[in-house]
Amino acid sequence: MPHVSFTLNGKPVTVDVVHTMPLLWVLRDTLGMTGAKFGCGMGLCGACTVDIDGQPKRSCVTSISAVAGKRVTTIEGLSPDRTHPVQKAWIEEDVPQCGYCQPGQIMTAAALLAKTPNPTDDDIDRAMRNNICRCGAYAGIRRAIHRAVELKRAGAGR
Amino acid sequence: MNAALNRRTFLRTSLGAAGGLVVGFHLPDRCMAADAPATGDRLNAFVLVGKDETITLYIPKAEMGQGTVTSLSMLLAEELECDWKRIRTEFPGVDRAYGWTQSVGGSQSIRSCYSSLREAGAAAREMLVASAIQQWGVERRSCRAENGVVVNTATGAKLTYGALAESAAKLKPPIDVPLKLSPEFKIIGRPTKRLDTPGKVDGSIRFGIDVRLPDMLYAVVERCPVFGGTVATFDDAQAKATPGVKKVVRISTGIAVIADSTWAAMEGRRNLSIEWYEGMISQVSTPDITRALAAAAQFWEPAPGASLERPPYLMGVDRSIAAAPRRIEAVYETPFLAHAAMEPLNCTAWVRPGAAEVWASTQMQSSARDIVAQKSGLSVDKVKIHTEYMGGSFGRRASVDHIGEAVEVAMSVAAPVKVIWSREDDIQHDAYGPACYGRCTAGLDGEGRLTALKATIAYSGPGDRGSGVGIGYEWNQPDGPSVTYTLLCPTADPGIPAGAWRSGGNPHNTFVMECFLDEIAHAVGKDPMEFRRRLVKEQRLRVALDVAAEKEDWGKPLPPGVGRGVSIVDNYSGTSTVQIAEASVEGGKVKVHRVVCVVDCGAVVNPAGVVQQIESGIALGLSALKSGITIKDGRVEQSNFHDYDIIRVDEMPKVEVHILPSTQEPGGVGRASTPGIAPAVCNAIFAATGKRIRQLPIRPEDLA
Repeated sequence: MPHVSFTLNGKPVTVDVVHTMPLLWVLRDTLGMTGAKFGCGMGLCGACTVDIDGQPKRSCVTSISAVAGKRVTTIEGLSPDRTHPVQKAWIEEDVPQCGYCQPGQIMTAAALLAKTPNPTDDDIDRAMRNNICRCGAYAGIRRAIHRAVELKRAGAGR
Repeated sequence: MNAALNRRTFLRTSLGAAGGLVVGFHLPDRCMAADAPATGDRLNAFVLVGKDETITLYIPKAEMGQGTVTSLSMLLAEELECDWKRIRTEFPGVDRAYGWTQSVGGSQSIRSCYSSLREAGAAAREMLVASAIQQWGVERRSCRAENGVVVNTATGAKLTYGALAESAAKLKPPIDVPLKLSPEFKIIGRPTKRLDTPGKVDGSIRFGIDVRLPDMLYAVVERCPVFGGTVATFDDAQAKATPGVKKVVRISTGIAVIADSTWAAMEGRRNLSIEWYEGMISQVSTPDITRALAAAAQFWEPAPGASLERPPYLMGVDRSIAAAPRRIEAVYETPFLAHAAMEPLNCTAWVRPGAAEVWASTQMQSSARDIVAQKSGLSVDKVKIHTEYMGGSFGRRASVDHIGEAVEVAMSVAAPVKVIWSREDDIQHDAYGPACYGRCTAGLDGEGRLTALKATIAYSGPGDRGSGVGIGYEWNQPDGPSVTYTLLCPTADPGIPAGAWRSGGNPHNTFVMECFLDEIAHAVGKDPMEFRRRLVKEQRLRVALDVAAEKEDWGKPLPPGVGRGVSIVDNYSGTSTVQIAEASVEGGKVKVHRVVCVVDCGAVVNPAGVVQQIESGIALGLSALKSGITIKDGRVEQSNFHDYDIIRVDEMPKVEVHILPSTQEPGGVGRASTPGIAPAVCNAIFAATGKRIRQLPIRPEDLA
């Protein structure tokens, strides 16, 4: 089996797995990083979302071979101490219920804010509509994204 | 309208505008779920005090998102007088100290723990105080417990709980410690942030599917696509040759593929070749089920020309209907519903000689223990259940089929095994909310007043039918004739597995009844709100209707194309709700703009938790307007989120929750808002378009 090397949360890793194995299962089973969640296996629900070279990607349909040489950030690597503005906003607005979809929601929201620093509700709808929350914590998610914008702005102004 | 009551009503938006929900609390600094088990001195089954002043609370329920870890901690901490910032929580194993059965569901947690956990907190506090009394040689009245310390009020001396715990743990637990009265509460009743939030924003909280053990294997199971089918023959040569696959084993539900990773197990499963004995349910499809349900509903109608001297309870309503000069009839249909919790079913089991351990996100710790014992042949005292956080459940994890199956798989290997269900497995092998067929007839007198109502709602399964619910509120027509009404819930079981789906039979009954009442109101030219207001007997329910009408501005014009609809759910798990939905149809699709929900749930422990649960229940109910499960040749036709669609962020309406102040016993809220949303929206669709929705999910042709 070929070795695949990539950067995971800022550190180089090399794994030795079948090249078709999706990144999600490499993260969860091979590397023991269980923050990204299995929800559908078809890229439909967003629970497995990670950041690959600055883009939010569905790790359940991204084979490990496609990740070679790339920079992958998971929820565990978004910040060392829950201080990313999106995480802080999620805590302030007390968003999660069961919380299972939230790593994916947070990674998608962080990618949205990186590209669109001041998103409208329509921007939020477009970016977030493929991240399913069965608990329906959508009002909190929307509030928290707006709150993260404020936190980011306040942080930048310091 | 009672203005004083109205002013005291809690309003979600005002809480949000005040700058966050927390009053006087800060979250603990650490993520509790990821911590190792606590060490310290155990004061009783619920409280352990560490030398480092951490307080570990043992939560005898389970967390599926409903906020139980936080609200039950609030009950314990209220009387314990501990430092909220130093609380951590654990789920204990199955133990008689927590009651005959350990389970969560049925909107029961607060109701069943409201007294017992405050008593446990008070008893632990008094043991700590008694330990201080021994050291100081003072009277009880000279000691005050607050914020994790006992204070000598005469000298000002202080002893921390951590310093007192070792000697306190040796004392005899007191009995009958008086509890605080509600005006003395410092924690209960305040909007409080969830204790489990920090671990849910950094990936550190452990759900069942995240369990990892040394030398653990992974497994998936190919089950017969037809319910009740079994393996005829199978060829596992290619599956076994798949890289990473360790073993293929036949179990009672199908063929399990065991491997060194989830992916290898899934790949091995794709390489299985199985022939099934599909069994008789392969002859069953949704139209057959609908026919059977319709026949079950029709069974209770008097035959044409028959004497109405049959069972007396039916005779009355049938005679009243037969005598009525005007009748209204309607038929409603609801489909099977899948739970589709975001965390697919899974269970990790490890069976060794003489012992079995299971790690599971489950609502049913006691039943889990029992099925592990049954499958493994061990006695229950050799079984250990580790309760993990659930990534949603909505009733699915109240069944333990997946736990028994995992034990069967684990018995074939000498290592722990995590059995993971794919999304397709989860949707196609659920314990479904039942399909229903409701047949309604109303009798009206010459002046258009209701005299009789008969609803026969046939259910597809022996699951929780919630018989009688949905027509619960008492009717009263002070200026009219008395109403004879009957609700029947017969069963026609087509062999599709049935289970509890967040509120059991209530969503079906409420959909049928509250839509039908709306039909009656419109048929007699009455405003649906006023019609209900005159019909309900219970004063508090009338108050709830009035608050809802005022908050929503019932009667004021809405934008063109938007209609409003109302529904009532009375005294369900001790909670009543009135919902008003504003909806329109745009481009052939339903758009729900706003929902006002008035909640009468008795005493409230965590108002922020109530708001979350009401929003969540509405979201689940709204998804049932979009998607249902259909059967073809004994197989579920849907498989994943592309054909079993869940509402998205852009489809979530603005939800305004108003909690009525109350000194009554607490009611349950987990299931409270799910039943009322579908009828409120469908009634709003009628108001907006004149189209009456009588079948769920809503089809495009019903709106055209």
